[in-house]
Amino acid sequence: MTMDRAETSARIAALIEPFNKKGIEITDATRFTDDLEFDSLTVMDFVAEIEDGFDIIISMNQQAEIENYGQLVDAVVKLQG
Amino acid sequence: MTDMLSDNETQGATDLFSKFDPLIEMRKGLLSTGVTDPFGLVMEKVISPTVAMCNGRETILLGTYNYMGMTFDPDVIAAGKQALDDFGAGTTGSRVLNGTYAGHKAVEEALCDFYDMKHAMVFSTGYQANLGIISTIAGKGDYIVLDIDSHASIWDGCKMGDAEVVPFKHNDIEAMEKRLRRIPEGAGKLVVLEGVYSMLGDIAPLKEMIAVAKKYGAMVLVDEAHSMGFIGPNGRGVAEDQGCLDDVDFVIGTFSKSVGTVGGFCVSNHPKFEIMRLVCRPYVFTASLPPSVVATAATSVRKLMHAADKRAHLWENSKVLHKGLTDAGFQLGTEEPQSAIIAVIMPDLERGAMMWEALLHEGLYVNLARPPATPANMTLLRCSLCAEHSAEQVQQIIGMFTRAGKTAGILG
Ligand SMILES: Cc1ncc(COP(=O)(O)O)c(C=O)c1O
Repeated sequence: MTMDRAETSARIAALIEPFNKKGIEITDATRFTDDLEFDSLTVMDFVAEIEDGFDIIISMNQQAEIENYGQLVDAVVKLQG
Repeated sequence: MTDMLSDNETQGATDLFSKFDPLIEMRKGLLSTGVTDPFGLVMEKVISPTVAMCNGRETILLGTYNYMGMTFDPDVIAAGKQALDDFGAGTTGSRVLNGTYAGHKAVEEALCDFYDMKHAMVFSTGYQANLGIISTIAGKGDYIVLDIDSHASIWDGCKMGDAEVVPFKHNDIEAMEKRLRRIPEGAGKLVVLEGVYSMLGDIAPLKEMIAVAKKYGAMVLVDEAHSMGFIGPNGRGVAEDQGCLDDVDFVIGTFSKSVGTVGGFCVSNHPKFEIMRLVCRPYVFTASLPPSVVATAATSVRKLMHAADKRAHLWENSKVLHKGLTDAGFQLGTEEPQSAIIAVIMPDLERGAMMWEALLHEGLYVNLARPPATPANMTLLRCSLCAEHSAEQVQQIIGMFTRAGKTAGILG
């Protein structure tokens, strides 16, 4: 059973909460490095949370294509096939 | 055609170096405090594997990875001189053209004997061995599962190839297994691990990790750069020590540490391994090692097969230094000494650099490691012991650390 985009987005929004230290408002355009100020260690922990949450792999190659929240949601929707 | 520049117009140039501005500023900031540049040290004269002249001062070397002290071994040096006389200064050619001399075959045989494996392939450096083997064996559609704290040469090998790259948390067996389990059925899998992780000097639980990798049908590559010659019953490394070397498909190693010269290698029992010599670009498109280097390496590798006394002394040195620094109040990378690397954790880069300089003034050279090369953005003073450090030198080192730690405000 696959989740639709809104459902996936809601789950990712919940997973991102503990990493969003400054409580920045999240939209599809929110960028991980520039807006949320994720460093490489945070990225690693956050990606692991998403991977475990959805039981998927987001390889480094795929991560390189993901800059903002909207792209992450799209990628997760796609990876769940 | 109207948007083309006419002959005497020029566009504002983008300086390709502006991306380095933050690093340039950081270095300026650090050096403006008056500390010596920790990345600009010159060894004016090298007296032995453990002593050199730096800034006109006799300095104990404690950050060279010269674990077995082979750099000045008389047999090793004699072999190198002989090869210079007999074969010249260099090969001027690739291994697959005019760059394979008798010495290159001899050192590969020595490696086969040392590891008791069928195939050995020598590269110009260990960096190139990782680059070449990883990028060549894992191709499009394959998956590389690797420890997040892997050496730069492993990461670069991943980047150079076309495989999907999937890192997991350092030494975390469960995190590794989860990722292996999620890989689509039928895809090729390569698990990349290290025996000793050189930043903190900790070892990997290879036996458990390799068992999991095999359960998921993955091939396993282990980089044993920092264990050769002194870990395991025959010095073959951590996998041998934990009794799982037979399940390792590829061992990567280097001549630049225990062997005491330069070069890298991969040893394997894979029946088709020899094809690597034709398809591995960092092996094919570069000149082979000079004859003197392979001669010194072969002699050194063979001597390391019978180095039980040296090995015991190296372990003794590591234990004494680890205990001495712990007792002095320093925070170390591991609770127990797991290898010949002892990492002293610094509060930040600035005080790390101050401590590094204070040690140099005491007459001690250690390795300063800083982010992004370090895990968890730590600043480390990495010490690597040598089998040729005397028991007195180790005591001297502990005294130097204690004094420098007070000077730099690291110890209370
Ligand atoms: C784990 C590891 N692998 C590979 C290398 C590369 O070895 P080499 O110095 O021969 O390029 C090093 C050392 O720099 C290392 O620490």
